[in-house]
Amino acid sequence: MRSNATDLTEIEQDALAEIANMGVSRAANSLRQMVGEQVFLSVPTVEIVTRQAASKLVERNNSKRLVAVQQTFEGPFCGKALLIFPEAQSLELVRSIVGYEHSLEDVIDLEQEALAETGNIILNGCLATIANMLHRTMRMSLPSIVRGDGATLFGNGASGEQYVLFLYIDFNIKKRDVGGFIALLMDLPSIAALKEIVNDYVNDIQRHLPSHVG
Amino acid sequence: MQYKVLVVDDSKLARMVMASALRRVRPEWTLVETANADEALAAVSATKIDIALVDFNMPDTDGLELVARIHKAHPDMPVAVVSANVQDEIIGRARELNAGFIPKPLTDDALAAFLSGAALRLKKVPT
Repeated sequence: MRSNATDLTEIEQDALAEIANMGVSRAANSLRQMVGEQVFLSVPTVEIVTRQAASKLVERNNSKRLVAVQQTFEGPFCGKALLIFPEAQSLELVRSIVGYEHSLEDVIDLEQEALAETGNIILNGCLATIANMLHRTMRMSLPSIVRGDGATLFGNGASGEQYVLFLYIDFNIKKRDVGGFIALLMDLPSIAALKEIVNDYVNDIQRHLPSHVG
Repeated sequence: MQYKVLVVDDSKLARMVMASALRRVRPEWTLVETANADEALAAVSATKIDIALVDFNMPDTDGLELVARIHKAHPDMPVAVVSANVQDEIIGRARELNAGFIPKPLTDDALAAFLSGAALRLKKVPT
């Protein structure tokens, strides 16, 4: 169920997926440095869906108890970037970052701070790569932590029916049994602005293309 | 010497970026575009491909697996994995497979450096 006004063309969808993939892949390297283990990534998905549908997508295969580090971003287009994982895995993620020599009490004490810092590094890495590729500047808020189900994370409330651009990639640290999503959420006015910027980007590449490509 | 370069990437945009960079750094070389591993393997067996540039994160078969399969049939073909996933494991596995690694976003310099090395290697190998 899509709204025609916000349909993405094939090349727009492709470009957004590729740009998001580059952002998240770069960010995954930061996470890899922090946990010391390889981070596996899925192929990105780009969809225009309602907020409700987006929250169902992140609950898929997960318990409804989720924890997310979120940062809002503003610039030529605005939205929210989230690092999301099941709440049950939050301490394990913190442990893999701070090291296994700390006691459980220490890890619990550190949890908020460690999650915010991890989210900050990953989400900033992701958004900065995207902004640089599109030659735009984005301002990012400080990270905040949200706990709850998908609807709480995406602030559904009365706007649950509203369409959003939803970009997400699964990540998985197999050796630590930690996995989750990196998601970007943008509302309608931003989708239009983003489409324009992405089209400029694509046109710029097309101008330099060879006329005959086999 | 003119060479034929195979580009494998599920993203059309990424293929466009590579085609554009290739035209700037090696305007006389030709390009074959494919969107997945199956198409790439078909192209490699149907035409004489000299060099391959392979995306890592693709649906079904990932780039490293594809490199291994290309090298099985063509052990001397210079191949590079092209990815923004610059984790040590990915770069390390590319090296183990005797493949280069070119980071995304792609720059002309990084592509030119790999292609120069590839051209040298091809000169040494009797074809």
